[in-house]
Amino acid sequence: MPPGRPGRAAYPVVSEVGHRLARVYEGVVQDLIDELGRLPNVGPKSAQRIAFHILQADPADVTRLAEVLLEVKDKARFCDRCGNVSQDSLCRICADPRRDQTSICVVEEAKDVVAVERTREFRGLYHVLGGAISPMDGVGPEDLRIAELMSRLSDGTVTEIIIATDPNIQGEATATYLSRFLKHMGIVITRPASGLPVGGDLEYADEVTLGRAFEGRRAVND
Amino acid sequence: MGACHGEPGPLVGENASVPLYRDEAVVLRTHKLGEADRIITLLTRNRGLVRTVAKGVRRTRSRFGARLEPFMVIDIQCYEGRNLDTVTQVETLAVYGDAICRDYTAYTAATVMVETAERLCEEHEPATQQHLLLVGALRSLTGGEHDPSLVLDAFLLRSIAIAGWAPSFYDCAKCGAPGPHRAFNIAAGGTVCTVCRPPGSAAPAPETMRLLASLLSGDWVIADGSEARDRREGSGLVSAFLQWHLERGVRSLRHVDRDGTRPPAPPRRTLPLKAAGAHEDGVDLAAVVPPLGSHPALDRHLGATQPDVREPV
Ligand SMILES: [Zn+2]
Ligand SMILES: [Zn+2]
Repeated sequence: MPPGRPGRAAYPVVSEVGHRLARVYEGVVQDLIDELGRLPNVGPKSAQRIAFHILQADPADVTRLAEVLLEVKDKARFCDRCGNVSQDSLCRICADPRRDQTSICVVEEAKDVVAVERTREFRGLYHVLGGAISPMDGVGPEDLRIAELMSRLSDGTVTEIIIATDPNIQGEATATYLSRFLKHMGIVITRPASGLPVGGDLEYADEVTLGRAFEGRRAVND
Repeated sequence: MGACHGEPGPLVGENASVPLYRDEAVVLRTHKLGEADRIITLLTRNRGLVRTVAKGVRRTRSRFGARLEPFMVIDIQCYEGRNLDTVTQVETLAVYGDAICRDYTAYTAATVMVETAERLCEEHEPATQQHLLLVGALRSLTGGEHDPSLVLDAFLLRSIAIAGWAPSFYDCAKCGAPGPHRAFNIAAGGTVCTVCRPPGSAAPAPETMRLLASLLSGDWVIADGSEARDRREGSGLVSAFLQWHLERGVRSLRHVDRDGTRPPAPPRRTLPLKAAGAHEDGVDLAAVVPPLGSHPALDRHLGATQPDVREPV
């Protein structure tokens, strides 16, 4: 445990591998690096880089950052219906009557909603599960917003579900689990095709990716 | 086809001081590391458990692709580091994960297998038998010849046996008196005779004992022909046996989808998700929503850079 403020013991500053981050800076600078290092996907080097960026930044910029951090904790919440990040009880997408109410795209995280929205390919609604089924990490189906999804389907308005969980083992298994129940409800279930990254070389594709790409191949002649 | 080269490591070959090795391995689990890397926990054929870093593997264009996903059987080349080894090349030997995650029961069984293997093996201590057992069990799950639940129990019994705690299902585990015996005691190591029987021993059905013995020895004719109730009782005993020998419980065990008919559980939360701390109506949300640091959705959202969200057209 690095020496720090009292009460820090609950959050050992240890990366996922157990590397201890050396406390090499003085007092508050090190405190900042430690706090940044606890953010997801921020390694020791990135934490140091961000800390020094903040140190050298315009005080007004830093104040704005600090304010928005506090504000997001105060105001941001999750949409009552879909679980997306929202400022109101319903998020902008759920509250928009122009969205197609018959189609729901199921994603793991709120950031995936943003990713799908950016494509502008989808006009329906979303449902955020809050993760994927990963028993080794202690996450089972009952830890996700699956029952909430089922209750959204009960009135028969929704006729199509797109399961856009991550294309990895946990995401695929979650899709398998969901489709087991959904297929008995007379709902069209689809999963976005997995395949070759655009701009990549075929020869570097691994067997699973290439296999999926063949499975989801499409006709090129009309 | 199939080989891939990772991001350039040290100049191996030109610098003989960097120890490089090659081994066959099963990917047990992965953890995110930094911005685009992952720590890959492997059960290798010759070096036991190995933790290695796959640099850039989370990028869409990583040449490692799906080769370092759980349940993959690979031929891997790494160089040794001070704390962690680093992957330099991977070739696929067998793809089991893709078939396993399309069968939810098989997926939950496979996660218990890899977690158990991780718990029973030691880093850099050869565990060839455990490695071969795991590869065989994963292959069996994809083949669909046997109930995944039976494959799991066979794996667990044999894995425990390799670790040196082979249970007895016939002779007395304490004095060796020839069986069959009625009583079964986990702490004593299996079936026990009337003389050795500790108080509180169970009395499972003789068919259950026969099933477990067949799973341990690999007699699949008996195992496949067993009744559902004996399978259920057997699974309970195997789980108890496993938990007895591993200090901390196996986390994924409670999620095993034993009969494949489990409906989605009712929501645990009685309130809709709200940001932690957004107290309203006097409800103690801290009791409902985990604090920051354990709420994946909010954590990840706060950690991500805010992309440009446009109004839908
Ligand atoms: Zn919403
Ligand atoms: Zn005895």
